[in-house]
Amino acid sequence: MFDDRYTLAFKAYPYEKSPDQSAENPVRHPVVVMGGGPVGMATALDLGRQGVPVLVLDDHEGVGMGSRAICFAKRSLEIADRYGCGDPMLEKGVVWNVGKVFHEDRQVFEFNLLPEEGHKFPAFINMQQPYFEQFMIERARALQAEGAPIQIRGKNRVESVDVQDDHVVLTVMTPDGPYTLEADWLIGCDGASSPLRGMLGLDFSGRVFQDSFLIADIKMINTNFPTERWFWFDPPFKSAGASTLLHKQPDDVWRVDFQIGWDVDRKEEMKEKNIRARLDAFLGGDVEYEIVWSSIYTFQCKRMENFRAGPVIFAGDAAHQVSPFGARGANSGMQDVDNLGWKLGLVVNGKAPVSLLDSYNSERIFGADENVLNSTRSTDFITPKSDTSRLFRDAVLHLSERFEFARPLVNSGRLSVPCVYDTSTLNSADNLAGGPARTRPGAPCPDAPLGDGYLLSHLGDGFVLLAIDSDAPDEIVESGITIKTISISAKDDPSGQLAARYLGQAQRGVYLIRPDQHVTARMATFDEAEIRAALRRATGQEIV
Amino acid sequence: MSDLTLTANIDSPDDFYADLLDIHEGHSKEESEAINARLILILANHIGNRDVLKQALAAAVS
Ligand SMILES: Cc1cc2nc3c(=O)[nH]c(=O)nc-3n(C[C@H](O)[C@H](O)[C@H](O)COP(=O)(O)OP(=O)(O)OC[C@H]3O[C@@H](n4cnc5c(N)ncnc54)[C@H](O)[C@@H]3O)c2cc1C
Repeated sequence: MFDDRYTLAFKAYPYEKSPDQSAENPVRHPVVVMGGGPVGMATALDLGRQGVPVLVLDDHEGVGMGSRAICFAKRSLEIADRYGCGDPMLEKGVVWNVGKVFHEDRQVFEFNLLPEEGHKFPAFINMQQPYFEQFMIERARALQAEGAPIQIRGKNRVESVDVQDDHVVLTVMTPDGPYTLEADWLIGCDGASSPLRGMLGLDFSGRVFQDSFLIADIKMINTNFPTERWFWFDPPFKSAGASTLLHKQPDDVWRVDFQIGWDVDRKEEMKEKNIRARLDAFLGGDVEYEIVWSSIYTFQCKRMENFRAGPVIFAGDAAHQVSPFGARGANSGMQDVDNLGWKLGLVVNGKAPVSLLDSYNSERIFGADENVLNSTRSTDFITPKSDTSRLFRDAVLHLSERFEFARPLVNSGRLSVPCVYDTSTLNSADNLAGGPARTRPGAPCPDAPLGDGYLLSHLGDGFVLLAIDSDAPDEIVESGITIKTISISAKDDPSGQLAARYLGQAQRGVYLIRPDQHVTARMATFDEAEIRAALRRATGQEIV
Repeated sequence: MSDLTLTANIDSPDDFYADLLDIHEGHSKEESEAINARLILILANHIGNRDVLKQALAAAVS
């Protein structure tokens, strides 16, 4: 029997028998991705676009029902844009800037995010996770039609793995029975409860929080709630829990999130009449709505000690899990893929040593720790763990009502931002005197206006030499890797934002940018030897 | 690195001390604790400098 573990929002890759199933000997694939969630699908897009054959195995036939993630950060949209599916996300998503913070029965303050200008994408959008996944799957289908070597197999459940030094043997269950496959590389994108982690007996440690959340996605009928984020600490509504969040999604759907504590009877709480009683108390009796999806979840802040075990590499929730405050789950998984994709591509194509993948481990563990730290701090603010912690939390909320100074201390989630790989061994020295700190080696490139468009759209997905008011050759080939030069002028952006983000006090500058759009080296003027050395270092060929 | 002032720096120390006790007059222990917490945050913001704040935190527990 092949039963679904969850209901589908929609079918996207119905089971089809593949020739691999009747092959006499197990077929070897360069890269197999276990799990077709957002992280697995992004991995397929990244590798497929590089021409690296990639096979996704998912134990369902499409995207799970239930929105789960709703908040997608700028960096995720920029990555999706690199893959060619950022625009439909932006079009579907809801952009919000105004937030209100309440404590008990009082609004303590209201904020406007006033996003920085000169970026193609907003700081984040709200959108049901199935849409996010759907746009990536549609993109994969379009790429397949153009000949990209991407395969997706639904109802293909990885049952067991046998890890060898240089490949993995997988047993895959299908409605037609099991078959065996081999993979040079196996990418574990099989989610928070990762069966793969279990099969390999790998640890997953950290903190479990003794709290649960009741989420209800509701469709409002004839009510115009504003497009704002409302967050209550100690909400005054009957049985609303320790905190409540109200947030807008597309299609007139709102996310309501009640923090209901640890000792709850899940079955009882999940009854529609009990969910409605909570919602009615919260919304006021005369609001008409329909419950689209509801769920109770608990969370943990955990990560694996190593994201790579020989030919097996973990990404997304399988590698790390954070609390939902700050929307760091799917968003950090997208950054994992962004980081892994080009490195694995170079390794598979024999252009970089396998040791380059160790930098995936160290850079993304750095990222995961940052995410765990931030989401733990938010959790501690929202649910104080001691009397003193509550005393200060309440003092902050009290003061923030009248004094601006206290508002930055209010922490109902710090939104996911990409991390700066400051300590990465792939970085070269910062040789741009007066250059802005935000574009130092290790930093993700901030977007900026450029002519009629934006800078990031021009970077593409290879190594790029960004020459700003500097002379540089059109192309450099080092160790078989092509660095393409993009020559621009600070004058291409009359608003001055490009210069502020990339030059600072400097008059000109030259940047070497990785395929994941992180800066790896920068200097005042083009120096060929320095660029070649930086490229070798960034591809793990020269550790200095 | 900025240094935390740990030599006498308060104008009319007796008056300040009386003012400090005054604001707690007539409040329950719980209310007083809340007032103190707010006071700490207000003063911390006034100082602002993280080096100085770290030294102050360390001095308080030493
Ligand atoms: C209530 C809630 C709110 C959230 N809000 C946000 C938010 O606002 N922003 C954000 O960024 N994140 C958010 N998250 C987190 C986000 O949903 C996850 O981080 C994200 O889904 C992780 O993606 P993934 O691809 O790593 O794993 P998953 O989405 O879990 O996908 C794993 C896939 O692997 C498949 N699989 C499992 N076992 C096997 C097997 N043996 N063989 C084959 N396939 C298998 C599964 O069926 C599934 O398709 C939220 C999560 C929750 C629960």
